[in-house]
Amino acid sequence: MAHTTEEVIAGLAELINEETGISADQVSMEKSFTEDLDIDSISMMTIVVNAEEKFDVKIPDDEVKNLTTVGEAVEFITKAQA
Amino acid sequence: MSPLAQSHGAQFTRILSLGAARGDLVVSNDDIAEPIDSSDEWIRQRTGIIERRRSSDAEQAIDLAVRASSEAIEKAGIAPGQIGAVIVATISNSVQTPSLAALLADRVGATPAAAYDISAACAGYTYGIAQADALIRSGTAEYVLVVGAEKLSDFAKPTDRSISFLLGDGAGAAIVGPSDTIGIGPTLWGSDGSKWDSVGMDRPLKEAFDDPEGEFPTLRQDGQVVFRWAVWEMAKVATEALEKSGVTAEELTAFVPHQANMRIIDEFAKQLGLPESVLIARDIATTGNTSAASIPLAMHRLLEEHPEASGGLALQIGFGAGLVYGAQVVTLP
Repeated sequence: MAHTTEEVIAGLAELINEETGISADQVSMEKSFTEDLDIDSISMMTIVVNAEEKFDVKIPDDEVKNLTTVGEAVEFITKAQA
Repeated sequence: MSPLAQSHGAQFTRILSLGAARGDLVVSNDDIAEPIDSSDEWIRQRTGIIERRRSSDAEQAIDLAVRASSEAIEKAGIAPGQIGAVIVATISNSVQTPSLAALLADRVGATPAAAYDISAACAGYTYGIAQADALIRSGTAEYVLVVGAEKLSDFAKPTDRSISFLLGDGAGAAIVGPSDTIGIGPTLWGSDGSKWDSVGMDRPLKEAFDDPEGEFPTLRQDGQVVFRWAVWEMAKVATEALEKSGVTAEELTAFVPHQANMRIIDEFAKQLGLPESVLIARDIATTGNTSAASIPLAMHRLLEEHPEASGGLALQIGFGAGLVYGAQVVTLP
């Protein structure tokens, strides 16, 4: 079942919160995972794997490096569902 | 014409004893943080490492191997001459040939045992245990000395932020021998060469040699690729190893994964759903990541801290450059 962009952002915020404790209201589209949210690459990977399961998509290793902001991740996940 | 004779060995095998040797230097996070523009706090948070052991120039991988092996042989209560095969899992042989194992066999008095090195990175010790089990049950050897021995500091680049600050030096040894009861469960092992580039040396030896200003090759990794594989793919391998052994997570006394990174250990244990009762080896905190030596070192330490665990079941799993992996459920010596 495809999620809307809003659902993807909310779902991603939930996963970020579970992994790092960062509150959902901090998670906005323009935020960079490393620079703004201070999420390290290992936590990032855990979030990616959990997102694959939550949204039923595949996020390959070499794609992860391109997802530097929340917006890029949301866009990728939304498109991958199509 | 007479048929060929077939060898047969003991029906069962077990790890009789363990020996450990860690590098003579204690290297703190502060000692190595500056060249990687980091801090003690960052390293602890990122890896769980408080300090690591490294060897001074006075100590080579062979010396660590001899120390660990001597302890294991003594504790097994066998004469070194009874050892039929010496297997050293290592990437730290300073020459391509002859093997560290041949030298080790000579140094511990195991000559004329068969002797060879295994190159299976951080899965090397589990590969060695798998082979020891098979050699004994087939009657090819009665006792086997399996050693993981590494001087990784020789291949650590001080300015590398991907892996070098994790690395430590050490050796862990096991004497595997015949047993009245099953002491080593079925081995689950394999490879994924599609990820050959994700961890290993940064350049071939010849390239470094041909480049007049070149440095000796050092280790590096793509941490994210390795992390994902080490946790989620290895959780599947671990689960299958338990199933094949007929053992549930609840029946385990201990979980001894390769000590790659505390974050991997934590997430791995979470994925396996291990009950609170299972002891988890966390030797990396003060030893560092010693590749092939990490599992026997971690198991040795776990038993020192929890002697009551002896005789219980442990799931050991190694995984690393190749990518390769190996897992078995074993009875703790």
